[in-house]
Amino acid sequence: MRLRLVPQDTAWDFMRYRKFTLGASVVAIVLSLVAWLVLGLNFGIDFLGGTTIRTESVQAVDVGAYRDALSPLGLGDVTITEVFDPTFAADQNVAQVRIQAQDGTGSVSPEVISLVQGALTALDPSLTFASVESVGPKVSGELITTAIIALAAAIGAMLVYIWLRFEWQFAVGAVAALVHDIILTIGIFSLLQIRFDQATIAALLTVLGYSINDTVVIFDRLRENLIKFKKTPLIEVMNRSVNETLSRTLMTSGTTLLALIALIVLGGDVIRGFVFAILWGVIVGTYSSVYVAKNVVLLLGVDRDPQSPSKAGTQSGSSEA
Amino acid sequence: MLQIALWKRLSILLVCVIGLSLAAPNLFYGPVERHNDAITAIERGAIETPELTEALAGWPEFLPSGLVNLGLDLRGGAHLLAEVQLQDVYAGRIDGYWPEVRDALRGVRDQVGTIRRQDSAPDALRVRISNPEGMQVAVNTVRAIAQPIVSLSGVGQTDIDVSGAGDILTVTLSEAERAATDDRTMQQSLEIIRRRVDEAGTREPTIQRQGTDRILIQVPGIGSAQELKELIGTTARLTFHPVIQSSVAADTRPDADQLVHPTMDEPLRYVLLERSPVVTGDDLVDSQPGFDQNGLPAVTFRFNPSGARKFGVYTAENIGSPFAIVLDEEVVTDPVIRDAITGGSGQITGNFGVEEANRLSILLRAGALPAEMVFLEERTIGPELGQDSIDAGQIASLVAMAAVVVFMVLSYGLFGAFATVALGINVALIFGVLSLIGGTLTLPGIAGIVLTIGMAVDANVLVFERIREELKTARGPARAIELGYEKALSAIIDANITTFIVAVILFTLGSGPVRGFAVTLGIGILTSVFTAIFVTRLLIVFWFERRRPKTIEV
Repeated sequence: MRLRLVPQDTAWDFMRYRKFTLGASVVAIVLSLVAWLVLGLNFGIDFLGGTTIRTESVQAVDVGAYRDALSPLGLGDVTITEVFDPTFAADQNVAQVRIQAQDGTGSVSPEVISLVQGALTALDPSLTFASVESVGPKVSGELITTAIIALAAAIGAMLVYIWLRFEWQFAVGAVAALVHDIILTIGIFSLLQIRFDQATIAALLTVLGYSINDTVVIFDRLRENLIKFKKTPLIEVMNRSVNETLSRTLMTSGTTLLALIALIVLGGDVIRGFVFAILWGVIVGTYSSVYVAKNVVLLLGVDRDPQSPSKAGTQSGSSEA
Repeated sequence: MLQIALWKRLSILLVCVIGLSLAAPNLFYGPVERHNDAITAIERGAIETPELTEALAGWPEFLPSGLVNLGLDLRGGAHLLAEVQLQDVYAGRIDGYWPEVRDALRGVRDQVGTIRRQDSAPDALRVRISNPEGMQVAVNTVRAIAQPIVSLSGVGQTDIDVSGAGDILTVTLSEAERAATDDRTMQQSLEIIRRRVDEAGTREPTIQRQGTDRILIQVPGIGSAQELKELIGTTARLTFHPVIQSSVAADTRPDADQLVHPTMDEPLRYVLLERSPVVTGDDLVDSQPGFDQNGLPAVTFRFNPSGARKFGVYTAENIGSPFAIVLDEEVVTDPVIRDAITGGSGQITGNFGVEEANRLSILLRAGALPAEMVFLEERTIGPELGQDSIDAGQIASLVAMAAVVVFMVLSYGLFGAFATVALGINVALIFGVLSLIGGTLTLPGIAGIVLTIGMAVDANVLVFERIREELKTARGPARAIELGYEKALSAIIDANITTFIVAVILFTLGSGPVRGFAVTLGIGILTSVFTAIFVTRLLIVFWFERRRPKTIEV
């Protein structure tokens, strides 16, 4: 007996919910944008500049005491957070100290870092510094630009590729789905105030890759069915295509999610934000390839007979059957 | 029906075997790494100690020994992004023209009058002539000094721009010369950083140029970015200047062709020097730490023939006057010349200890950095954090793998088992390719592999689902399998090309760990397509040929 995620030969009417899902997508996008504007993003030092120091100690972390030890140094905005993770040992107490960017274009001077380390070790001699990272404001500005270019380039490349391989309507649909996924991911990052850094951009690009993968598979089937069922209305062909690829969609999302869940639980706190972005993106991406991409194609309509110019009228290409 | 030519079968198997054997050393990371280190040590001329021999024996010679490099975030170490202050060099270059310009103008003194160097921006040379009518002659005379540039972009251009306005003659470096100088500065900086890091004896450092004026330095295993900065951040520029006045006030305003530098060991004494040095550290060939006749730490140095000649001529002509040895804008010492120094070697003593003498001699030996560096980004990752990440990544990968295997076998039975075998080969191939190209595995890279484990089955799933569909209509299982592969191909190709484009973009625009992620993702896509369309298919065909089932269940 085989495990079947979906029954054989489904004929579910996915498109029936298209008005509802379109509305839901629009609302989700608006909410994400509002969260982004109101709450902002919790940018990491990659994008804001500054220094993060990760400390480890056998003693419990006392955030207040850390703060008191550092406040006389006059470093401006200092954030101290304790880090918890199931993969830590019992006597492994981890904290993250973040110092805002200092003046100038370079990274934080070594004197500042040794001052901070000195102040903290005085407080807790068993403290070790697992990592010290410092990014100057000059680089962080450029990293933002590069990130935006990377996302734009990826979306542009997808647009061109799908346009070449399919029709322009498909390209627009696929890109709409991609933008939808990215905005929703940024939205959840803003809502939950998860740290947004270079790795998050990498995660966003991965989500792009995954989402487009999914969209293309359904489009591929749609293209095939459009040739097979010439007279059937577009909406029915779409439904058929989604149903036919449903089992595959769920299988692939399922295996990917399994792998990602393993990673998010067991992979440690350093990459948790990164993995979360991908996890979220896979879920949203699976939804958007069925609904957003399709909805847009449905709205735009498809030229069912690309072989003959539209003026030439009724005698359509019997050559390809 | 379901035919795969023999040569194809053999090539597929060959690729798998090669991939697996390239990946194998990574399972024995410790011994193989010690083996490789021992080989490098012996190549560099180390004497074979019992430890080295043991390390060599730790891994057989005939097996592949390429390893996946571990990124800084996994191994621990220091990362620096430095910006080279390219314009620093212009000042030195333009100063170098002054003696030549001066001598040339002196040759036409009857037409231009007396000449005097004026204050100016550091990258320009401004000269006042007392006879403004002679400006045209002066400009032409100085232009005659200009040399044509030998570079690809600067064909037909000369190295300096000369212009005259009123009684001021201005010499600047031409655009092409600046570009050529920048390029040289970067090459030199890279080379010198590489030498300094190598002298310190750390393994597999990454020293790369980024953009026009940046250098990325990653050194695994070093204690902190601070240590690394001390090693490479010092310019260590050694120059020898004639002394004009041995002791001047700190606020003395020097003429345009003069300099005021503090002394290293007397806090309040400043020395007035001629700006153009007699000899520079560029002419050094060797430098060693040692002790002077009083038993104090000292650094000895030796000039190359041209440096020795310049130094010899200068000292012979200036017996009785003082000259200064200047290190990074500080006067180390300013002795009076007693004899012509023609042997081309000398010794510096100053206010420094044995360790400093040692470091100074390393720096002098490696050569001076042509320009200062500003550090834009620095990261130190402790080795424990890296090890924790590796452990967590390993566990996560194994669990992910197990989960996917169970899921696939439950869903597709025997075909699912074929897919998981292919998945195992896929992961091995990723490691094999990474080892082959000397790729770097980073923490996001591990995430990339785990993600690939999840996504790699996609191509198989596409095929299996297609086979299921075809079984309903096609005549016989063989035909269904064949059609399944045939019809799923376009979806597989399109879906993977788009993801591959994303990986390429990530690689081009990303840096550090993100790049490592892009590499594993890209390789993962290639290997997973290969395993899905060739390996799984081959397994199915092998099975089909042996069993010849009348019906199959997918």
